[in-house]
Amino acid sequence: MRDAGWGRELTGTLVVAACAVGVLPMLVSTYTLTVLIIYGMLGLSLGLVWGFGGILCFGQAAFFGLGAYTYAIAAINFGESTVPMLLAVAVPAGFAAVLGAMLFYGRLTDVYLGVITLVVTLILHRFMNATAGSEYVIGNARLGGFNGIPGFQTLNVPGDPSAYVWGESFYYFSAVCLLLAYLLVSAVLRSSFGRIAVGIRENETRAALMGYDVPARKTVMFAAGAAIAGLAGALFANWAEIVTPRLFSLSQSADIIIWCIVGGLGTRIGPVLGAAGLSYLKFLLGQQDLLHNSVVSGAILVLFVLFLPGGIAPVLANAWRLVTRRRPRSRYRRPRGPRSSLASGDA
Amino acid sequence: MDLVLVIVVEVLYAIGALVLISAGLAVIFGMMRVINLAHGEFMMLGGYATITAVDLGVNVFLAMLVLAPAVVGVLGLAVERLVIRHLYGRLIDTMLATWGLSLLFIGIVTMLFGNTTTGISTPIPGFALGDYQVNGYNFFIVLVAAVLLLLMLAVLRSTRSGLIARGTMQHSHMAASLGYNPDRIYMLTFACGSALSGLAGAVLAPLVGLVPTSGGAYIAKAFITVIAGGPALIAGLASSAGVFGLINQIFSFAVSPVVGEVALLVAAVILLRLLPRGITDRLFRESL
Repeated sequence: MRDAGWGRELTGTLVVAACAVGVLPMLVSTYTLTVLIIYGMLGLSLGLVWGFGGILCFGQAAFFGLGAYTYAIAAINFGESTVPMLLAVAVPAGFAAVLGAMLFYGRLTDVYLGVITLVVTLILHRFMNATAGSEYVIGNARLGGFNGIPGFQTLNVPGDPSAYVWGESFYYFSAVCLLLAYLLVSAVLRSSFGRIAVGIRENETRAALMGYDVPARKTVMFAAGAAIAGLAGALFANWAEIVTPRLFSLSQSADIIIWCIVGGLGTRIGPVLGAAGLSYLKFLLGQQDLLHNSVVSGAILVLFVLFLPGGIAPVLANAWRLVTRRRPRSRYRRPRGPRSSLASGDA
Repeated sequence: MDLVLVIVVEVLYAIGALVLISAGLAVIFGMMRVINLAHGEFMMLGGYATITAVDLGVNVFLAMLVLAPAVVGVLGLAVERLVIRHLYGRLIDTMLATWGLSLLFIGIVTMLFGNTTTGISTPIPGFALGDYQVNGYNFFIVLVAAVLLLLMLAVLRSTRSGLIARGTMQHSHMAASLGYNPDRIYMLTFACGSALSGLAGAVLAPLVGLVPTSGGAYIAKAFITVIAGGPALIAGLASSAGVFGLINQIFSFAVSPVVGEVALLVAAVILLRLLPRGITDRLFRESL
């Protein structure tokens, strides 16, 4: 079943994305933009798992960090970047599939799920911090404990390890990756798998009674989110050129959740915009020391939960609808009064 | 023989510390079903309150046992009135809002005290046990934890206010129709839970170097202890703290403290997988 809106949406997305990718470098440096794109992708991954799958994962940072570490370790061992990129997607996805199967077949829900994902992130964080000794080696790569792994092969053109992709071209590469991930998420959500996933989010018991294998579907959803987070992690490793245990930290997990809440849960673009917007805000705040960063992000989170729990994206969508709304084609035109001025965008 | 004694003391200390860390959360999350992710920060604030008071010349025990719980209790009262009371029954939203609060507190404390480690010395000297040096303060922790557990049990079981609080948490409409004000009871219970967190942070403060982000070290342990404990408040707290404290210390002695921490977390994941509703869902079902 293919609906007609898909083609239009595809074109729309491509046009908007192309404009944004072309215009934004005039306003912000591509170095900063690249990391905003990477965070956008990370936001998208939790937006899929949480917003559409209804799985509140407190440990999305675990998959992000796992992707980054996998890339770094594999890049040191292989000396090129194509296989490591693929591994950085596959390893977090596999890890999430195992973890997810354990959780979902155990019928663990909300709070317990949140706490276990949190604990798993903590375990990885503790472990990575404790790997400073020289006995922690994978192939040629030393894990390096608190200091992380520097100096690995960064992204190169497939087959030619000396042709590095960096700077501007890495920015475009990341943008294309985000676009592809976004379109993939859109396509999945339009498929029957996506619709059933949303059905499971709305009412798990009903979906199970209709004969759908809820744990299997949730596990696949969880793994898909982890794969996107892993890709974001690999890109981040390339951008930062070092991976440290901080990638697994709780504040990283907190950030991802805040992006989704602020951007708008249950929307695709919301978490991406939330991630990019808030990270940019953080970047700007980092350049002053009047207010501490976490005061701002904490206040934003509290205020959004209290006053705007739906996030920004639905508000924007409503505003857009209000602006672009056609005048009703009725013979009885209402006289223009002060109250109709709101909808005068069609003039 | 001395080694055995030392290990027994260390295990008791680990259990006591877990009880302290989790007591406030057991009230706020276990009784009220409010997922308080700012729990660690309440503890951190209790620690800072103690250190500030001691620096101002207050007796250290007075600061730890009276002042810090009072300060954090009042703070908890404010938090409940401003944020939490709008969110009762919305589990995920309380979780997110309190996470926001935790970041907020970290930021404010960093701005006030700076991102440096502060601490006070332990007020009880250590002593030698055979070939080993034992920290005398560990006994104090065990004592406080034991007294705390007994006190909580006494209050919840034998006093009228404990009965009213338990009844309200079970069925607030019924409590309201009997003439009690659930809003007020929720408020006071939350404040009590916060005060317990403040107490824990204060009592543990001499043992750790305090930084604004110290709370993060406690939060996971507190949650897994309370969740693994299950529906019975005090029996659950005691039994899961017992299990986790034992596992933590065994692995700490056998391998290293980091492995001990990791073993605790792994044990929690396995335990929750086997007993998803906690220990007291199967054992000690009739207890409190």
